[in-house]
Amino acid sequence: MKQNEHVHSQPFVRMVKRTDVTRKHAVMVRVIALIAAFLTSSLLIGILGKNPIAVFGQMITGSLMTSAAFKETVRIAIPLLVTSLGVAMAFKMKFWNIGAEGQICLGAIAATYFALFYVDIIPQPFLFIVMFLAGAVFGGLWGLIPAYFKAKFGTNETLFTLMMNYVAVYIIQFLREGPWINPENTGFPQIARFDKAARLPEVFGIHIGWIIALILVGVMYFYLTRTKQGYEISVVGESEATAKYAGMNVGKIVMRTMFLSGALCGVAGMLQVTGADHTLVETVAGGVGFTAITVAWLGNLNPVAMLVVTFLFSILDKGSNSIQTVFGISNAAAEVLTGIILFFMLGCEFFLRYRLIFRRKEQHEHE
Amino acid sequence: MENAIELKHVTKAFGPVVANADVSLTVKWGEILALLGENGSGKTTLMNILSGIYFPDEGEIYVNGEEVSIRSPKDAFDLGIGMIHQHFKLVDVLTCMENIVLGLPGAQKLNRKKLAAEIREISERYGLEVDPGKKVYDMSVSEKQTVEILKVLYRGANILILDEPTAVLTPQEISRLFEILRKMRDDGKAIIIITHKLNEVMEISDRVTVLRRDASDRSGRVAGTVETASIDIPKLTEMIVGHSVSLAINRSDVAEKEERLKVVNLTCLGGEGNKVLSDVTFDLYSGEILGVAGVAGNGQKELCEAIAGLYPAAGGAILYKNHVNGVEVSENLVGKSPREIIKKGISMAFVPEDRLGMGLVGGLDMVENMMLKTYTDNPGMLVDRKAPAAQAEQLIDRLEIATPGIHTPVRMLSGGNVQKVLLGREIDGAPQILISAYPVRGLDINSTYTIYNLLNEQKEKGVAVLYIGEDLDVLLELCDRILVLCGGQVSGIVDGRTATKEQLGYMMVHVDKEANNNEAK
Repeated sequence: MKQNEHVHSQPFVRMVKRTDVTRKHAVMVRVIALIAAFLTSSLLIGILGKNPIAVFGQMITGSLMTSAAFKETVRIAIPLLVTSLGVAMAFKMKFWNIGAEGQICLGAIAATYFALFYVDIIPQPFLFIVMFLAGAVFGGLWGLIPAYFKAKFGTNETLFTLMMNYVAVYIIQFLREGPWINPENTGFPQIARFDKAARLPEVFGIHIGWIIALILVGVMYFYLTRTKQGYEISVVGESEATAKYAGMNVGKIVMRTMFLSGALCGVAGMLQVTGADHTLVETVAGGVGFTAITVAWLGNLNPVAMLVVTFLFSILDKGSNSIQTVFGISNAAAEVLTGIILFFMLGCEFFLRYRLIFRRKEQHEHE
Repeated sequence: MENAIELKHVTKAFGPVVANADVSLTVKWGEILALLGENGSGKTTLMNILSGIYFPDEGEIYVNGEEVSIRSPKDAFDLGIGMIHQHFKLVDVLTCMENIVLGLPGAQKLNRKKLAAEIREISERYGLEVDPGKKVYDMSVSEKQTVEILKVLYRGANILILDEPTAVLTPQEISRLFEILRKMRDDGKAIIIITHKLNEVMEISDRVTVLRRDASDRSGRVAGTVETASIDIPKLTEMIVGHSVSLAINRSDVAEKEERLKVVNLTCLGGEGNKVLSDVTFDLYSGEILGVAGVAGNGQKELCEAIAGLYPAAGGAILYKNHVNGVEVSENLVGKSPREIIKKGISMAFVPEDRLGMGLVGGLDMVENMMLKTYTDNPGMLVDRKAPAAQAEQLIDRLEIATPGIHTPVRMLSGGNVQKVLLGREIDGAPQILISAYPVRGLDINSTYTIYNLLNEQKEKGVAVLYIGEDLDVLLELCDRILVLCGGQVSGIVDGRTATKEQLGYMMVHVDKEANNNEAK
């Protein structure tokens, strides 16, 4: 019975799905994950010869405790939040828009055009409205292209949206080195800095993008849960066959939703150039389009939850910048720390969904 | 002699749901055991435990008298347990022979000659007829099933588990399958067969084990094991449901009938330009149930979807007919989308085969599923959830839908309740035409009869009902007329009151051109 020998023992460990997670339990798992993250990163910090508690303290003070630090954290959060809202909309429809980077770029380009060439022509409040709309429309159109091909020819949107990111970045490079080059700047080719009149005004020391972002959270929540279009998005996302059965025009819904998704990303780009950068650079998106994907999923595609997640991400981002300057920890090490914290926070979701059962002891004795 | 399989006190829970509670059962060598039970009684879980997909929480499994632990499908194979799933797991582009050896250890190079001889030897022993070199995509459903059986036999299985093997077969194919099963039993193999059809249980099995979900704690337990010879169908039903039920299906006569749908020479093309429906012609009257019989995949799906505006027609016409204020209306539905059909004022209810994939949205709650077809009625940009919520509450009361509440995703409901939600919504739209594809597939006895009653109710109200079915006994009891589809062609339309099962079975596999032409006239 050689072949049956291995059959006699229970599997060492097996997964069982949980259905009975209480709020208290969920909080506990997350706290444990946080502690584990803290201990693991302490190890790394210890090896680097620093005091873990001081480093973590600095992460908090460096991102929240001073007025300047807090403002910077919010500034990081603004484009991330708006972009997350954009990709979440497409994800709700199971349209894998990983082209937010490109859509941000296009929105930024459109806004920059008006900031550079119409600043003397259009009076200030209207200039921002024009820039806002231009950013939305161009970001939207950039998102519409892959949606059109998906709806008409069934192309794969993942590859399509991803590829269009590179196109968008190279358009900025082309503009910087050619048509929009700042002739006054000798040396490295650059696009001119925006005139004061084309920079977003500030409220409480932070450009008004934060107010726009908060309004958009509310609008998104309302749009997804209360409107017919929001309902259509959830039906198409769950089952295209059902949507057709219900008489919905799936192609139209896909294109409309992707236009809006791209438009939100475009707005994020517009806010970034006129609010924070005050010029157009190739790194205007700077990976926000990809981080937004994580934010959208961690927030469960719920706009309000995404607001919270975005803020936590921004604290991590700003905090790790701050420990680099204060403790002289290298950029790479700071990123490893961020990675460790994210790993534990994302990993604990598994334990909220599954329970592990280890081989029972008596089974061993039995053999 | 040792028992082939013995389960002792097996318990398996999924969260708070106890699928199998303290289940014990035995299968002897050289016998066919039928495993019966309603949906949710734990049959599938139990079989998945035997085939190594789930691991039990408690209890022991003995194979041939020896305690074992089955941790993976490979362990099950090693123990000689072979499972034949309801949905075949074959690779379409490979041949019968290639599918059989797929995944088996052995030499890099296939000795086709030797293999073919081995397969022939097994085939001949049990009367399995299949060409080892035939590609799976060229095979009929019955042939594919034969390959599945050969596959497990080739791997040396002595214990066979068949999950609803007859659901997709014609009556002739079923009797051939039973012939094979009997030969295997006489050869000393142990066979477990899962089925919902009680007459088949009576015909093929030696013993019956019935599983039932306990009314008090909703756990699946063994309701009893009996010798088949010592029981009859009504008693068996009582064991399954836990109380006695009437098995007769009503068929009322509706006096006033008028033509509601006239389908003329409808032709539809499949993905490869082949005709999936070819010159289909028939009339559908108000106040009747027109049954559609046929082996699964002979054009039923396309027929339903073409009428509902979801499948393009390559030729022919689908004419909707009615009288509005004494004026005759006739509308060709070919080329119209579901939205356009609704706009014409035609209320068509469609209960598709794929309930959660087409008729409902599994992840959404009952309220949001109620408004699927009516959400555009509310003026303005916003959706109205109040009216559909009231409709959902009312439906729960009227059809006795078991659900924790109107905001539970419909995917979480059991099969019967899902179907009640779907059919209930469709009937609430006050349809003139009701198309239902396999509306009782996978439902337990109670839900099944609820569905039959609802269909009859609609018929009496003057709705024209198209019923796509698979159980010929039911078709003959329920339907006024029965249309038989074979290879996308109508092989005949017969009277449900006079036709026989054999007649239908013959028509399902054979198109008589002559008869077809007469019917068209």
